[in-house]
Amino acid sequence: MTVPRLADIARTIVADRDGALDLGPGSRGCASGATVFGNAGHSLARRSVLIATRTQRAAARAMVDLDGLVGRMTIAPPDLTHQDLASVLADAAVETIVTDDPAAYAGLTPSVVALGSSTATAGDARRDHDTQWVMLTSGTSGRAKIVAHTLAALTGAISPVRAVDPGAVWATFYDIRRYGGLQIFLRAILGGTGLVVGSEGEPIGDHLRRLGAAGVTAVSGTPSHWRRVLMSRERGAMAPATIRLSGEIADQIILDGLRTAYPRARVSHAYASTEAGVGFAVDDGLEGFPARLIDEPTASLAMKVIAGTLRIRSNRAATGYIGQAAASGGMTTLADDDGFIDTGDMVERRGGRCYFTGRRGGIINVGGLKVNPEEVEAVINAHAAVRMSLVKARRNPLTGAIVVADVVLSDGGCDEDATRTAIVEDCRHRLERHKVPVLVRFVPALALTPAGKISRTDG
Amino acid sequence: MSTRTIIIDAMRRVASEQKKTLAPLEDHTQLLDIGLDSLCFAILVARLEEALSVDPFGLSDEVELPVTLADFVRFYEKALV
Repeated sequence: MTVPRLADIARTIVADRDGALDLGPGSRGCASGATVFGNAGHSLARRSVLIATRTQRAAARAMVDLDGLVGRMTIAPPDLTHQDLASVLADAAVETIVTDDPAAYAGLTPSVVALGSSTATAGDARRDHDTQWVMLTSGTSGRAKIVAHTLAALTGAISPVRAVDPGAVWATFYDIRRYGGLQIFLRAILGGTGLVVGSEGEPIGDHLRRLGAAGVTAVSGTPSHWRRVLMSRERGAMAPATIRLSGEIADQIILDGLRTAYPRARVSHAYASTEAGVGFAVDDGLEGFPARLIDEPTASLAMKVIAGTLRIRSNRAATGYIGQAAASGGMTTLADDDGFIDTGDMVERRGGRCYFTGRRGGIINVGGLKVNPEEVEAVINAHAAVRMSLVKARRNPLTGAIVVADVVLSDGGCDEDATRTAIVEDCRHRLERHKVPVLVRFVPALALTPAGKISRTDG
Repeated sequence: MSTRTIIIDAMRRVASEQKKTLAPLEDHTQLLDIGLDSLCFAILVARLEEALSVDPFGLSDEVELPVTLADFVRFYEKALV
């Protein structure tokens, strides 16, 4: 599928707390083909560029303007750490940083182009290149993974531009610099609709009133985002016709809660990941998904379950990893020989329905933040009184899961309360707060696999 | 000890552990304004499940999530009946 250059079709107005930005050609105040970067636009052609902005609005402007112009466009998430920045610059071979905050990037090797500082004058920037779109996905520990996409793959789940519904306005609780939010951004651009995004530090009540005032018709977010909405008195401030959940397991509690709070809305939950792309959406109001999605593959989506995890083959999948995740600066393909990507998401089939049961390897998802249980176990096991421990997920209605620990003591005679306090204190000092076990239980023994490893199957 | 006291004690403990400042805990205080973030509430609900042996969020017929502190206490009291 050929996707037009975003600059040629964009007419979306992106609104945040501080105002609105028209991404349409008129607002660029210049002839077609010009960029907001003025003469700098020429030097950006075919380059590897990092978009690192303070606001989502600025990122939206840059994405529309650079698509088709630059060779590689890496989109920095809002919480990119200094450490990750260095590895991203190296791995994505970044030559230029495009930003609304040039002072923050002074002194680095790549050149810096300030967004919005120059008035466009160049009328002949040619967008004749299929830009590679690059996103970051949080690893469970250490460096972020850098995932490359084509625009065609990113927009593969968005139906071709229909007759534009002038009344439609999209909103997302995601940041548009992450996969889930980028989907909604591209949906708005391709559909020619408005888009309302969040602003950092904005209270949820203010955000919901703003969504209501903008007349949003479709809103997307993770189950954790939606739980916060349902706990806000302002949840009735908006009346979307479409509600979409993705990014975490949507359980029956949140689906029922949304149906009660928004009885007229169509509630759907989608399965997507930065690597596998958008898999499918389910809108029957029930958790899990129909097994026929696996039994009846289509041209655009085939799925299978191998060793308990879901594998997906789709034209929406990423092209591959770049940088350190790749062998030698090239690109690592994600798929197996048959083109299937292992999602690492565990699926259980019960009758005609499949249910997500967690992540392989016991990776725990606490409100969207991943926890590697072995990292937590290492901290607990360092305690003198501990023989071994098992860190696992426990279902939680607010964050989907929390971290709990079963601990075997080496000496049964010690003071359990004091030991528990000491273990938790150690964890607080050495781990991020979402990784600290909420409950520590002392058990006489832990089950082992035949290979002598701690069994993680009953988490 | 009343359910309300157990809940408020648990809120204070979570706030102190997580270095959060609690708003004055009145019946009409909105949960989102109390000074606890999502992770704090997740911890609170897990602790209350241990203390009270009940998880009202997990009950299938409870779909109206609590908005104020009074709602939250009632939410647990109803589940305990």
